[in-house]
Amino acid sequence: MSVLVYVEQAEGKFKKSVFEAVSYAKAIADQSSTNLTAISIGDVAESELNELGKYGASKVLTVNVEQLKTFVNQAYASIIAAAAEKESADVVVLSNSFSGKGLAPRIAVKLKAGLADGAVELPSTDGKFSIKKTAFSGKAFAITELTSANKVIALNPNAFGVKENNTDVAIENFTADIKQSDLGTVIKEIVRATDKVSLPDAELVVSAGRGLKGPENWGMIEELANLLGAATACSKPVSDADWRPHSEHVGQTGISISPNLYIAIGISGAIQHLAGVSSSKVIVVINKDAEAPFFKVADYGIVGDAFEIVPKLIEALKAHKA
Amino acid sequence: MKILVCISNVPDTTTKITFTNDNTEFNTAGVQYIVNPYDEIALSKAIELSEGGKGTVTVINVGEASNDPTIRKALAIGADDAVRVNAAPRDAYFVAKQIAEYAKDKDFEIILTGRESIDYNGNQVAAMIGEFLDIPSISIIKKLEINGDAATIEREIEGGKEVLTVNGQFVASCAEGVAEPKIPNMRGIMSARSKPLVVIDAVEIEAVSKVSKYETPAPRGNVKLVQADQSEQLISLLHSEAKVI
Repeated sequence: MSVLVYVEQAEGKFKKSVFEAVSYAKAIADQSSTNLTAISIGDVAESELNELGKYGASKVLTVNVEQLKTFVNQAYASIIAAAAEKESADVVVLSNSFSGKGLAPRIAVKLKAGLADGAVELPSTDGKFSIKKTAFSGKAFAITELTSANKVIALNPNAFGVKENNTDVAIENFTADIKQSDLGTVIKEIVRATDKVSLPDAELVVSAGRGLKGPENWGMIEELANLLGAATACSKPVSDADWRPHSEHVGQTGISISPNLYIAIGISGAIQHLAGVSSSKVIVVINKDAEAPFFKVADYGIVGDAFEIVPKLIEALKAHKA
Repeated sequence: MKILVCISNVPDTTTKITFTNDNTEFNTAGVQYIVNPYDEIALSKAIELSEGGKGTVTVINVGEASNDPTIRKALAIGADDAVRVNAAPRDAYFVAKQIAEYAKDKDFEIILTGRESIDYNGNQVAAMIGEFLDIPSISIIKKLEINGDAATIEREIEGGKEVLTVNGQFVASCAEGVAEPKIPNMRGIMSARSKPLVVIDAVEIEAVSKVSKYETPAPRGNVKLVQADQSEQLISLLHSEAKVI
């Protein structure tokens, strides 16, 4: 019995969400007094792999072959499942990232395992393996019992936090057979906006809605977000009107997020929008309409005109940083 | 080109979510059910790809007879025929297995789902079908173009996008941007009544998970309002009180 965590790399580096998944997997390993192994696929430097020891991984299996330098869902799933079998791991942990969402279900089928995706807490320790996960787009949580012998968990970003747990780490090469049929998809291009904070795992998010009146007014939203080191987001009407890309739409039919701070500017707070953002730890609402439903779920609020308030906040933030 | 679209029957997005029986069951009283909004995007794309005699679109749902109005809605939007696997869906593993069992000998070139269902927010069914059928699965796609046997797909990744190609059969889960959701017209609604809806039995598989209880988020305290003319005070509250900046 052991726990395996998949550590997703992007251009040879691990992100904070990976260290969070390792911290979470280590806590599960501790619950059953077992070890934590990590599996890394792609070209990652040894110094970067050693970082995983800081968060509790005692062994890192690494697969570095030309065909798998970039993400191939099917092949990665085969390798992670093979690593789980080799390590006799009955629990596999991943980040509930875009790639994790494609991998976890395939791994679950390979291991005949129940899958809890969108996990927000550690499993229970009362004999049943139950995990709290988001449901109804944040309007509720479902306590899901995984009844199979093997289990797969995809952890929501920002749900557990990064916890240091210094452990001596051993790095081992792992060789797994790659079936030709696992290489059915071929990546042609990867475009990363390197200067932008990624929305799903952002700790701070600045979001705006129709109250901004038009796409030409987003400059101040971006400036505020840049100063905070925050990601930008928007409401559905804004992405529907093509003021902002669909990838920024947060809410029930967009991305569900749970940052530490969510600032909603000129968004009234329709039930579908609230569903996707209500698990944010701190919510700030800025809206002209004192009756806007968003104020009912906000921690802090300002009733007033965004075009007057946001520039003042930008100045105040500059002063605060200075 | 034969396309299969998997649709889920979910509570309308405006539904207030409550539970009964000591929070062990979802309260269905007065709830309006709809085609999962992301599945509608997948269905609209499938119809777009098959238009002009280029293919056929079959929708599949795993559920009981009470789901039939939702399936008819999908037929009204433009699917050619429908299949319902007659079983209460237990979990994504169960649903994906049923769909894979149905699809395994039907030669569907493309299988589409929504990126997730808005009830359990699972993003599992598409990739599980891919694994059961041993075909590529591509999750959370933003664009899909077909040129002969090859598909060019754009999928979302953290802070960017990835463009990939796939030859032959595949399954993909669709996000916003893949297609504009189509609205059924009167002709579609009328013809949906006579389109075939086949009901088949489920295959037995061992359960791997079950929901034992639901919780609703703890209510938040009252909002602390900052005067508009002192908005800079917000920055100091976020720093010293909330400790988030």
